[in-house]
Amino acid sequence: MSASVASSRAPATGGFLARFEGFRAQLPGDPDRRAQAADLFRANGLPGGLPGRRAEAWKYTSLRPVAEASFREPLTAIADCAGLLARLPNVGLPRLVFVDGRYRGDLSADGFPAGVSISTFARSPDFGALARPERENMVALNTMLAEDGVRISVADGVDGGTLMLVNLATEQSGRATAFHPRHSIRLASGARLSILEVSLGDGVYLHNPVTELVVAAGAHLSHVRLQDEARTAFHLSTLYADIAEGATYDSFALNLGARLARTEIHARLGGTGATVHLNGAQLLTGSQHADITTVVRHDAPGCASRQTIKNVLSGRSRGVFQGKIEVDRIAQKTDGYQMNQALLLSPDAEIDCKPELEIFADDVKCSHGATVGELDRDQLFYLRARGVPLAQARALLVRAFLTEALDAVTDETIRDALEAAVSRWWESEPL
Amino acid sequence: MLEIKGLTADIGDKTILHGIDLVVPNGEVHAVMGPNGSGKSTLAYVLAGREDYAVTGGTATFDGQDLLTMDPEARAAMGIFLAFQYPVELPGVNNANFLRTALNAQRRLRGEDELDAIKFLKLARAEMKNLAMPDDMLKRNVNVGFSGGEKKRNEVLQMAVLRPKLAILDETDSGLDIDALKIVAEGVNALRGPGFSALVITHYQRLLDHIVPDRVHVLAGGRILRSGGPELALELEANGYAGVVAEAA
Ligand SMILES: Nc1ncnc2c1ncn2[C@@H]1O[C@H](COP(=O)(O)OP(=O)(O)OP(=O)(O)O)[C@@H](O)[C@H]1O
Ligand SMILES: [Mg+2]
Repeated sequence: MSASVASSRAPATGGFLARFEGFRAQLPGDPDRRAQAADLFRANGLPGGLPGRRAEAWKYTSLRPVAEASFREPLTAIADCAGLLARLPNVGLPRLVFVDGRYRGDLSADGFPAGVSISTFARSPDFGALARPERENMVALNTMLAEDGVRISVADGVDGGTLMLVNLATEQSGRATAFHPRHSIRLASGARLSILEVSLGDGVYLHNPVTELVVAAGAHLSHVRLQDEARTAFHLSTLYADIAEGATYDSFALNLGARLARTEIHARLGGTGATVHLNGAQLLTGSQHADITTVVRHDAPGCASRQTIKNVLSGRSRGVFQGKIEVDRIAQKTDGYQMNQALLLSPDAEIDCKPELEIFADDVKCSHGATVGELDRDQLFYLRARGVPLAQARALLVRAFLTEALDAVTDETIRDALEAAVSRWWESEPL
Repeated sequence: MLEIKGLTADIGDKTILHGIDLVVPNGEVHAVMGPNGSGKSTLAYVLAGREDYAVTGGTATFDGQDLLTMDPEARAAMGIFLAFQYPVELPGVNNANFLRTALNAQRRLRGEDELDAIKFLKLARAEMKNLAMPDDMLKRNVNVGFSGGEKKRNEVLQMAVLRPKLAILDETDSGLDIDALKIVAEGVNALRGPGFSALVITHYQRLLDHIVPDRVHVLAGGRILRSGGPELALELEANGYAGVVAEAA
């Protein structure tokens, strides 16, 4: 009885602390950073509908199911993962593959252009300077337990081309597993890189990656993420991007999978004329829950941020978009734009949208908007009057809505890969 | 043959059609004229199967089949085509994909083979050429950013590709320039023959100079008040509807 009283007061930590205690000696990197993170996690626990700080940031997303599950460390994967690899987009890009959070050199390509250096967190563990475990509880958890991750750096003025970053999760005979990759991608001045990141898997697992991106002056990073996790999985990702003068971070997140997903992005525009695009689309059904939360910080004058998020929600699914734009006093001529659109295909689907503007400069242009609706009756009738059956007409209009979102992805090969993923989703989920 | 008897229809709690009687035999083109708000578009929508209208009485059959119990897509597949007064924009759907989807959906519903992309493009390009439409219209999203006249031409393109048995043209002439009007009229005339009939809704004699109708009907207040030959349109053009409406009252 006393135990239940205690648990309603103490933060829920889902057994992760015990794992840390048992495992800490083997974990790579600065033990002090880990110990600090463990203290934070012990104090604050898992966020969202549970005791813990910063509840506001988790207003619409509860991690109760994560707290209630019991996750174990993944067993070292010896499987060849052929089945999972076959589900990757067939784009012919050099790839870096992680299986259950660990780098698999045997499945990855080498031979990147000169000036692109690739390593892993396990080999050179460096927690970086952007992540804030003291504010983001999932980041504290990641910092406490991170084992591996990718480290990519592109040298001054080098065009690193396009590569695929792959996160696979294997079914582990009834074990629910958790892994916490720590990725770091750095572009030096004037460098370019394009990344297609794909996450998919089988079984019950928690994929809790933290990614740090540093885009130096005049550099250009394009980052497209396809989240196609198992429908039984949890995907909770946190990304920090620091974008310098005249640099661009152009990102797109397509969320199709996971039982519960959160795509959290903190982007800081730190130099004059920097640009960030945080676009995305979520296609949800059944009882899926997917949350896109962004914080864009304009810390320098003349920067632009653009966010267009489109949600297609059927069944009893729930989409969340929380977008915050913070404009510092010195960030004059800021151009901020945010739009969240939702198409509700069933009366039980739900979208929650919370825009927030915090503006301390006086010469700025910031706008946000939201639309929520069903399929347009006039459009449906127009199609039917041309002979297109109702179900096909609905599918066509939903695809059109998504196509408009995917138009933000300018690389045709990558856009085709996303289109193909949507098509596959479609074949398994006729609406 | 289109046969409409005593057709009444409501929208919300308002009765718009008060008992329409109209017969269009195969091979004939009939014009429907009438004041704004008299129910012309309503009649067109009811025939095409728009669900916003409640049909409260009467019958409508095409070649003996009861239209009113059929889905809009089934009506389209049996050859009924409505050129919309206000064509609908479909952002994110390109015109070629839309047309091919429509054509193949109809063919499927009729149990015919689908047309592959190459055959379809050949057909669409030929029809576009007849309508003096630039090829890039196929790549653009359906009606998005089209001018008023371009939208109307796009409706006629759909008609030309889908080859209906009965075309209902709801003010397809409005918004067209003089040359486009002739081109569109030629497009309709090209389809004329024993297997094609049309209901041409218009406000202007101009169109009927080019598409000479077999019969002209005056629809006012949700009823057909008068029917006559092509000369009736000229009379209306000269005198307006007041005379017809007063006479019927
Ligand atoms: N959703 C609606 N609710 C109420 N009234 C409606 C609705 N839709 C149409 N109406 C009314 O029905 C009547 C007939 O409209 P309809 O569009 O059929 O006229 P029309 O003869 O085509 O006119 P026009 O020549 O201007 O195109 C009008 O009075 C119109 O206001
Ligand atoms: Mg009308």
